[in-house]
Amino acid sequence: MRIAKLALAGLAALAAGAIALPSLAQEHGAPAAGGEAEHAASGGEHHLLEPKGGWPHEDYFGTFDQNQLQRGFKVYSEVCSACHGMKLLSFRNLGEQGGPFFDARYPNPNDNPVVKQIAATFVNQIPTVDPDSGDMVKMPAKTSDRILGPYANDVAARVLNGGALPPDLSIITKARHGGAGYVYSLLLGYNAPPAGLTVAAGQHYNAYFGGDTAASWVGDPRLKPPGGFLAMAWPLENANVTFDDGIPTTKEQMAHDVAVFLAWAGDPKAVARKQMGAAVIPFLILLSLLVFLSYKALWRNVEH
Amino acid sequence: MSGPSTYEPKTGIEKWLDTRLPIIRFGADLMDFPTPKNLNYWWTFGGILAVCLVIQIVTGIVLAMHYVANTQMAFASVERIMRDVDFGWLIRNIHANGASMFFLAVYVHMFRGMYYGSYKNPREVIWILGVVIYFLMMATAFMGYVLPWGQMSFHGSAVITNLIGAIPLVGEPVKTYLMGGPAIGDATLNRFFSLHYLLPFVIAGIVVLHIWALHVPGNNNPTGVSVKDVKKDTVPFHPYYTVKDGFAIIVFLILFALFVFYFPNALGHADNSIEANPLQTPAHIVPEWYLLPFYAILRAITFDVGPIPAKLLGVIAMFGAILILFVLPWLDTSKVRSMRYRPFARSIFVVFVFAAIGLGFCGANDPDKLVFKTQADQLALTYNNTNGQPQREVFDDYAAASAKMRSLPPTAGAAIEVQSTGFKWLWLSQILGAYYFLYFLVLLPLLGVIEKPKARPASIADSVRKKHSPAPAAAVAAE
Repeated sequence: MRIAKLALAGLAALAAGAIALPSLAQEHGAPAAGGEAEHAASGGEHHLLEPKGGWPHEDYFGTFDQNQLQRGFKVYSEVCSACHGMKLLSFRNLGEQGGPFFDARYPNPNDNPVVKQIAATFVNQIPTVDPDSGDMVKMPAKTSDRILGPYANDVAARVLNGGALPPDLSIITKARHGGAGYVYSLLLGYNAPPAGLTVAAGQHYNAYFGGDTAASWVGDPRLKPPGGFLAMAWPLENANVTFDDGIPTTKEQMAHDVAVFLAWAGDPKAVARKQMGAAVIPFLILLSLLVFLSYKALWRNVEH
Repeated sequence: MSGPSTYEPKTGIEKWLDTRLPIIRFGADLMDFPTPKNLNYWWTFGGILAVCLVIQIVTGIVLAMHYVANTQMAFASVERIMRDVDFGWLIRNIHANGASMFFLAVYVHMFRGMYYGSYKNPREVIWILGVVIYFLMMATAFMGYVLPWGQMSFHGSAVITNLIGAIPLVGEPVKTYLMGGPAIGDATLNRFFSLHYLLPFVIAGIVVLHIWALHVPGNNNPTGVSVKDVKKDTVPFHPYYTVKDGFAIIVFLILFALFVFYFPNALGHADNSIEANPLQTPAHIVPEWYLLPFYAILRAITFDVGPIPAKLLGVIAMFGAILILFVLPWLDTSKVRSMRYRPFARSIFVVFVFAAIGLGFCGANDPDKLVFKTQADQLALTYNNTNGQPQREVFDDYAAASAKMRSLPPTAGAAIEVQSTGFKWLWLSQILGAYYFLYFLVLLPLLGVIEKPKARPASIADSVRKKHSPAPAAAVAAE
């Protein structure tokens, strides 16, 4: 039994080591280069901002608040979608189980009138070939269409954004360390640049953006401000999204809701996954107990 | 070691088949195989690994039904599996985390073999086949990691193919064959997909040989003492070990499920959720955790040795760290199998395990970053003096440094940078990497000659009896 305990301890230690490795790699990761490049590294050594109540969807049994997802989608469609697409999602995904507009009366989300309405009136239309002329035209989206950004291609996007490419937001919370917390912090991290920090034209200082402020900093390099520069101006600066459920519009609320919406969009099966785990793991524990008792009974008369 | 077959065909059809294709006899003998009765839980990882291989093959075949091996579509096709394929998220999470679980189990299995001397006469071929499997696993896992076509997939594969290019003479052509052209692209992705599908079946074939080779001498055991009397020392594999292994497999699956359902991305890297972009290199390229120790050894070599440049030497050290395992049975000169009876070998083995895990941490960290700081950060003023010689002055105080900087002419090109003093990850990986090779090349060969092993039990039956009855004087040293 001594060996058995050692074995389990060893296994646990190895597993712990395995978990620790990637997180260590993230903490000690070198700061990402250049404001424009898309990197997973989030800016700086300081902690991310967190809304009151934290991020319940990240808990073991955490779920999403459907109202919040709807508010978050509204922020996305009224603010973010001016530059960012979510091309890995279709409009129908919004009406699927667990999604912002799921309605039990419409198990097929393509029948959901809210989803149909959203697709048909979405600000970015779908490029299609006009059957009459053969020209490319833009048409209102259908529920099966992808949620596209406004630009015809990446080159057009860069030209219109001072050389920077607005990243697709479908899995942004998986592609940045910190997930929803990173999005939330970035949206609220447009602090006034501290004295001594020069911000180039067309760039904006953000305390949470990945990058390095050293080159633009006059002063003790040990005290350089955290974060970096990005081409995106503060999107919430003039935003005034009216929430349908009457929640007061504040910058924090908009940032919070859109961060949670993007977390859902990045991993829409997370709730189903955790719920299945809550059934699978207790089952396996029970099964292991039964097999362990069989093992004990079987080996009872064998010296080993 | 397998005694005469005890299978008796009972029905007519069994008798008929037994004289034509004795497959039932084969299965029955396999299940009846005499197995030492003192195997501990470290021995259950063979069964766990078999389960891992089956899980990877089954989930992989399903994923291949939905995956598109094309650089324009691969990334989106993987996301489609996660979103639109029924239970695709489950299958992919199992497959992606399954690779990590497979390596976790294989490392435990290998450390077990090393501790109990399972590679020694007469089991050298089992060990060598095992190392072949391990090598193929690394190749398969590496190619599998490229398939989702994320940033880390792409740039990780660029690092590895470049390494192969560093090998003199054959390196460049092999690199071109691997990439299918001058650069990583569609051709690379297609052949990686093809090979990623092929190699697991090669692994399965070698696993058959591994088990066949195991069934000639039979299992080693924690005492390392060979089976003397099949009746007293062994029990039939089934049901004794099917149930014990079964228990361990289920416990292992609990850990597996924890990752699949609650931490599916913990072992991955956020950069791999960004689609591959050849023009944009991630700030910090790291392989998956199970390759990190070898990555650390690769990067530990920062110096040329004679005519061999550092880069090539790093590649040699990295491949050498794996290839050295093939000759381990002949590097360990001790006649005693189990380190239970080799006190000094046991200590250096424990250090070896910590060194290997430590190398993993080194691989995950930037070699130039510090493990710990020995003093507060200082400021270094760098400039060229009037003769054009580069100068470096260290200050604690920013005001002093900037005053000195202002006193210099603009032509001096003065700049102030942070100077951190402490212990670099590079140094740690050099120390641990040196120990890795020292263990195999010096300590193990030497210890076999100079170490005086403790008394071993006369037989397996003896060793288990002593645990339960008061120990006779001669047996005290055994445990």
